[in-house]
Amino acid sequence: MYEKDGEKYFVVDGHTHFWDASEENTKNKYGEGFIRCFYDYHKNLSPEEYVWPLEKYRKYDEPTMMKDLFEDGYVDVAIFQPTYLTDFYHKGFNTTEQDAVLKDKYPDKFVLNTSFEPRLGEAGLAQFEEKVAKYGSKGVKLYTAEWHDASKGWKLTDPWALRHLEKAQELGVTNIHVHKGPTIWPLNRDSFDLADVDDAASTFPELNFIVEHVGLPRLEDMCWIGTQEPNVYGGLAVAMPFIHTRPAYFGQIVGELLYWLGEDRLLFASDYALWHPKWLVEKFVDYQYPMENEYPELTANVKRKILGLNAAKLYDLKVPEGVSAGDDGTGQDVTEKPAIPVEASVGGHSE
Amino acid sequence: MTETIWAGGPRTGGPPVDRSAVLEALGSVRDPELDEPLPGLGFVSGLEVEGGTVRVHLRLPTYFCAPNFAYLMVADADTAVRSVPGVRQAEVVLDDHFTSEEINSGIAQRRGFQQSFDGLADDELDELRTVFRRKALVNRQQRLVKALLDAGRTTAELSRLRLGDLPASPELAAYLERRAELGLDVGPEAPLVIDTDGKPIPPELLERHLQFARLTRVSIEGNAGFCRGMLATRYDLPTPTVAAD
Repeated sequence: MYEKDGEKYFVVDGHTHFWDASEENTKNKYGEGFIRCFYDYHKNLSPEEYVWPLEKYRKYDEPTMMKDLFEDGYVDVAIFQPTYLTDFYHKGFNTTEQDAVLKDKYPDKFVLNTSFEPRLGEAGLAQFEEKVAKYGSKGVKLYTAEWHDASKGWKLTDPWALRHLEKAQELGVTNIHVHKGPTIWPLNRDSFDLADVDDAASTFPELNFIVEHVGLPRLEDMCWIGTQEPNVYGGLAVAMPFIHTRPAYFGQIVGELLYWLGEDRLLFASDYALWHPKWLVEKFVDYQYPMENEYPELTANVKRKILGLNAAKLYDLKVPEGVSAGDDGTGQDVTEKPAIPVEASVGGHSE
Repeated sequence: MTETIWAGGPRTGGPPVDRSAVLEALGSVRDPELDEPLPGLGFVSGLEVEGGTVRVHLRLPTYFCAPNFAYLMVADADTAVRSVPGVRQAEVVLDDHFTSEEINSGIAQRRGFQQSFDGLADDELDELRTVFRRKALVNRQQRLVKALLDAGRTTAELSRLRLGDLPASPELAAYLERRAELGLDVGPEAPLVIDTDGKPIPPELLERHLQFARLTRVSIEGNAGFCRGMLATRYDLPTPTVAAD
């Protein structure tokens, strides 16, 4: 719980990892390139005093994570978002199995999401069902740029992906976190395009689709589908740290999201260990737009929703007494937004 | 520019190639996603001119930048360098990327994208390029419109304005360039505010159109700023100043 100026904030960190990119676990040049790319993100956007040495960043231990999140970082509940990358790392980068060690030890501190691999076909469905039975997950993290044998990625609208989403619905796994990456099949298409999320969200209205990194680098796609689909949410991992290096740009991102999606569909996240939640929470609670703008106001209530109440709703988390945003929210934005004329859409959407 | 420009070696035979002409040619090559020329982004890391032979090194903000955009930039740089008078041989090389090998050999052997990424692509990159030219058009239109509104024009006037009504400006020039490359009308009678198919925006839809255009601009400019920062971190360059902030 974070308290400032008499205001209380229940903090749910919507995107965390307990990863292993140690040299022993790194399988090939792609795994090496991946963690170095992550490290550049960390170095580029963190305040200097929060930058770790590369060795620590490759693999950190349990006491470090527990202290950073729950003692220093004000986090009440953290959501694990597994990222397998078994083509890059021998035992995987951050698997459900790895995360389960901490979940077992601190059941009230973590929400444990899992994942599925549609390219395994029937076997993928069986594995997914097993994991849900074993870990009780209510959400999945899907990385569409994940490599698997000769494949360099997949779409939510692939036939086997649809079968897996059907299975998710059947199992009560209602929160589908989608993370786009630089590769997909076919490689000549824009792999960051969110048209498949749009289609999947229409097909499965009972599932919630949380677009990680608010669709960056396709913020325009994110906002576009946000106006079309009430069950699409934005996860703020990767967008949050701009609050330090580029506060005006951060204001533009959050302002656009508040305008198009509304305050009930945005989720705070640190993407730990990419960034430390302590400074993100502190700076976000203090944040005021530093520029003239026509965006919706960022009040304490709006911040309370983004920092924890919206995620608490998606995951049925118990919110402590005395923390409220003054309204129940809706889980979706009810203020009517002007529809974007079809002719203004410029992405690869199927119109 | 932040890149090191290597000194050219001794020139032997043929008319000498003008280094500044090569740089100018590279300045015409844009990152399709960021809508900015490569040199200004710091993506040109080396240029070597030796007689009629030109060798260019390109670099990107991350090891995992999308391979389709990377390929387009290398291919466009290759074409641009070859168009410079006196160039007999050109080699454009992408460094430090997870598909450097595929891209560099694909360009050198003129294999096209699909063949360079055998089995991983089902077409060339024309459609991708068009999608991003459309985004660039919206971005450039927004910059021009913003400048006009700042200069005192009203939203109501925008619907009526034709290209010929506008005084020359860098924003207008950039906008016309983006229109022309999509094959859209750039004549003086053509309406100023159009959609990406070239159709005028009716007055009642103008505000929505402009709001979405603003969003597109925030997205493109934000990405460009982030890419500059990542490149600086990756190659230990001075921290770039960001005009938008």
